[in-house]
Amino acid sequence: MAFEIGETAVKRHRHIGLTDQDVMNIYENMLLARVLDERMWLLNRAGKLPFVVSGQGQEGAQAAAAYALDKQRDVILPYYRDLAMVLAFGETPLDILLANFGRANDLSSGGRQMPGHFSARRHRIFSQSSPVTTQLPHAAGIALAARMRGEDLVTYVSFGEGSSNQGDFHEACNFAGVHKLPVIFFCENNHYAISVPLHKQIGSKYVADRAAGYGFPGIVVDGNDVLSVYAHMKDAVERALRGEGPTLIEALTYRLHPHSSDDDDRSYRSKEEVEAARARDALVTFRRYMIDEGVLTEQEEKDLRNRLTQDVDRAIEEAERSPLPAPESALNHVYADGK
Amino acid sequence: MAVMTMIQAITQALDLELARDEKVLLFGEDVGQSGGVFRATDGLQKKYGDQRVFDTPLAESGIAGLATGLGLQGFRPIAEIQFFGFVFEAMDEIAGQAARMRYRSGGRYTCPVVYRAPFGGGVKTPELHADSLEGILMQTPGLKVVIPSNPYDAKGLLISAIRDNDPVFFLEHMKLYRSFKQEVPEEAYTIPLGKANVVREGKDVTIVTYGAMVNTAVQAAETWAKTRGITAEVIDLRTISPIDIETIASSVKKTHRAVVLQEAQRTSGVAAEIVAQINEQAMFYLEAPILRITAPDTVFPYAQIEDEWLPTQTRVIEGLEKVLSM
Ligand SMILES: Cc1ncc(C[n+]2csc(CCOP(=O)(O)OP(=O)(O)O)c2C)c(N)n1
Ligand SMILES: [Mg+2]
Repeated sequence: MAFEIGETAVKRHRHIGLTDQDVMNIYENMLLARVLDERMWLLNRAGKLPFVVSGQGQEGAQAAAAYALDKQRDVILPYYRDLAMVLAFGETPLDILLANFGRANDLSSGGRQMPGHFSARRHRIFSQSSPVTTQLPHAAGIALAARMRGEDLVTYVSFGEGSSNQGDFHEACNFAGVHKLPVIFFCENNHYAISVPLHKQIGSKYVADRAAGYGFPGIVVDGNDVLSVYAHMKDAVERALRGEGPTLIEALTYRLHPHSSDDDDRSYRSKEEVEAARARDALVTFRRYMIDEGVLTEQEEKDLRNRLTQDVDRAIEEAERSPLPAPESALNHVYADGK
Repeated sequence: MAVMTMIQAITQALDLELARDEKVLLFGEDVGQSGGVFRATDGLQKKYGDQRVFDTPLAESGIAGLATGLGLQGFRPIAEIQFFGFVFEAMDEIAGQAARMRYRSGGRYTCPVVYRAPFGGGVKTPELHADSLEGILMQTPGLKVVIPSNPYDAKGLLISAIRDNDPVFFLEHMKLYRSFKQEVPEEAYTIPLGKANVVREGKDVTIVTYGAMVNTAVQAAETWAKTRGITAEVIDLRTISPIDIETIASSVKKTHRAVVLQEAQRTSGVAAEIVAQINEQAMFYLEAPILRITAPDTVFPYAQIEDEWLPTQTRVIEGLEKVLSM
């Protein structure tokens, strides 16, 4: 990359073509995801949401990646922690909450999908399912379809580092590599797959090392460094659009919460480790960057947080008020000619 | 005698077999350091070391295939599939490889592997965590399939599965993990695979079932006996492959009526197989068609709706009334 951490003469974001407004947009996306995620976690603890999976700690990487994509053109296959990504692609907090509360008017599935398994046809967000990594071969298929139809678009697909050990990862990367498909494989390496640490998941140092075997670049980036993630994503998008094929980007992150609302992380990682990660959290470091660079004031940040919190709280009320699906609707949508 | 939950009984069975036979190994996702997402393997890595109890990478085909290799070399691997729905990822290694090894090699190679997986509805987990896919396993020659309905059976059946010389799939219903306790002996004991258990005697109708539906059947039978004075015999299959048709047939010959109750979807699967076998073995003793009480033929539904989707006590009683009136 054309810039180094710590450069000050010119604002770092300007170097990579981002305006002050751009970084504000990215920050707002991250913060909205965080506020919503925090609220959903509380709703779970209060017994109102049966299951929550949190993306806290990974918003910086997601929001940066999202900002490099074209929301009107590109297609995404996010994984369950990609809350900031799907918010960037047009889902609202209400959409997310209706899905998590399993309400009939949920945009993704009418209340059927597992919480965190985002999808929204109108935003070109394709649905994940519970078995991890199954979305990667889909991404190859979707990218191939776009090419056959002569559409110039990028397919983004994300997954955790643990999930990169499934055969589906290798099969998807290989096909995309053979056919130079415009797919961005975005690995959010938060260093744990539930309880199993990175060094017990992969024999190499990085997941990105594997890309070489499939004939495309693999890039490791500090996932808390929002600008760096954006710059690499932008390169990957351009490569894809030039017809040069896939890129594997591995964003090094950390998950601040337990794996899910059903998990207790104390059996496999120390409090100190989590605390240390909190200090590196992009919500903290990018906020500081913006304030230091004079893009944002403390007061503006506070106002923004208040506004987003109010929005989310209103969405929670509305979602809770919304009706559940009718029990007999469970019989629908098995086949095309079914009711 | 100790009183324990099914999950405790399972942990104890694993513990005893790891202690008894050093060829027994235990591995899967999150089973080591953290002790499993349901804590079924809690403390076992500490006790037996990370050579014998270990975490694998997140890759089910790899887990099951590893078990096959170890099994071929004389080990007795116990491989955990974190949720039964993720068996699709491992299906070739189980059904296409391990289960066929004995036959394919003319008995020269065997795979004494146990696959353990949690499954089952009623605990508000979504599809592919909760699905009852046992019918698919049942169609696999060479593979045995065990589904306990209570803590006592879980321990004895799991020990039998580990000592068995063929691959065995051991399915653990999540709703049973902690919902009730039972007296369970501290020492090792076995319950034979392939033998059903008559859990409640009766003379008017036979209910054949397994897993969490055993409790539903027994409750329905008790309610029915109280309200109508009619008795239902309840058979807990314990093993769905092989099926103990002798026990079922002799009960049906006595009661002349049968319902088969399963949590799985209706078409094919365990209930359909049992109906077929009763017809083969006891057709002329029947006074009414055999009824299946099952979930509908859809994907496992969402949490808000699953209680209405799964068979209930009320539906069992309706079924009993129906076969009685025919
Ligand atoms: C095929 C499959 N196996 C197991 C699981 C259970 N499971 C859900 S998430 C997870 C860990 C995923 O780790 P990683 O890919 O690193 O993503 P992270 O959750 O850390 O973001 C596991 C084992 C699953 N969902 N699918
Ligand atoms: Mg991870």
